[in-house]
Amino acid sequence: MSDPLTGPGGAASPMRTSPAPSPYGRPGAGPGSSANLADILERVLDKGVVIAGDIQINLLDIELLTIKLRLLVASVDKAKEMGIDWWEHDPSLSSRARTPATRPVPAGEDQPAVEGEAGREAGWEQHRREEENR
Amino acid sequence: MNGPWHSYVYAVGRDGGDLDAAAAALTGFGGAPLRTVAGDGLTALVSSVPADDFGTDGLTERMADLAELEALARVHHEVVEAAHARTTVLPMRLATVYLDDARVRAVLSERAAEFSELLSWLDGHAELGVKVYADPVRARAEAAPAAPTAGSGRAYLRQRRDQRRLRDDAYRAAGAVAGAVRDTVAPLTRGVVAHRPQQGELASGPGENVANEAYLVPRTRVREFHQALAGLTGSDAGVRVEITGPWAPYSFATRPAESGAA
Repeated sequence: MSDPLTGPGGAASPMRTSPAPSPYGRPGAGPGSSANLADILERVLDKGVVIAGDIQINLLDIELLTIKLRLLVASVDKAKEMGIDWWEHDPSLSSRARTPATRPVPAGEDQPAVEGEAGREAGWEQHRREEENR
Repeated sequence: MNGPWHSYVYAVGRDGGDLDAAAAALTGFGGAPLRTVAGDGLTALVSSVPADDFGTDGLTERMADLAELEALARVHHEVVEAAHARTTVLPMRLATVYLDDARVRAVLSERAAEFSELLSWLDGHAELGVKVYADPVRARAEAAPAAPTAGSGRAYLRQRRDQRRLRDDAYRAAGAVAGAVRDTVAPLTRGVVAHRPQQGELASGPGENVANEAYLVPRTRVREFHQALAGLTGSDAGVRVEITGPWAPYSFATRPAESGAA
């Protein structure tokens, strides 16, 4: 089979001459190019064979990446369960996190503020009411 | 000291020429040619990547940026998909990088028995994704005026209660559909893996994803799978069912519990 050192590593490699800004994308539609990014990410990052490569990404960084992605493609509830709530202080994410219609809440009377998601929802309603009564 | 190039592994299959043909027809990151690396009856689909960009620091930096991560993920995925179109492959997780081809060969040897068994299990199968969404906003829009009118606190609370009831109904209906999906496709599938429901900025379409599952389906029964679920898609105003794929068997590359009939 091929030898890595005589492979595409020559001076004429397209790697070195690819235009910025993102040389790793590819122009033109491939077979999977129409697939939803979230569907792709959950598969290439969360699934697939894990074999120990020679290049190890820092564990802490992987963890951070995973948390960020879970917030993007997966469940905020899960992150809450893990005690992670930094997105509440992140303006780019908090508006999404506070969208009221994103999870089931047991029907019933309006609750006083309590811990967690229900508390945030109650807080949101409180806020709404104050706005309306103004 | 690292060389200037590393070997990036996209997927592993059996020897026999299918992956050689795939390699000849495709390019990898940065448009670099693909090649195959063989060992112990297995073949890895590989391309050379610059050590600077695909070393620890380079990869960490790139994967922390969503746009860069998307570019990486899409190229990786396209190569895996194209290989899967030709033969049975085990997709590798994103960013599986070795110092050189000799290291790739060594890993093929170490894992030969496990990979061969998995490939046999996956032979002739593809992965199909099914996502079920509850869409309480749509259910609500059909049942009641959307915007809360200014009024007494009591009227507001009553309205909120009604909305919550509608929302709960939508979630219950979606849960029932999700269960029906599982029951319907069980005889057509060899395995099932539950993914986390998608939620957040990348989640697509209206409603909330309440079930997100991947099924391992014989390639010859993919059409049947779609037909079996046709009656469940769009049967309820507050529920949406989305089928994706066929995918390479990403979700089954580590062997899950089997389910359904063979």
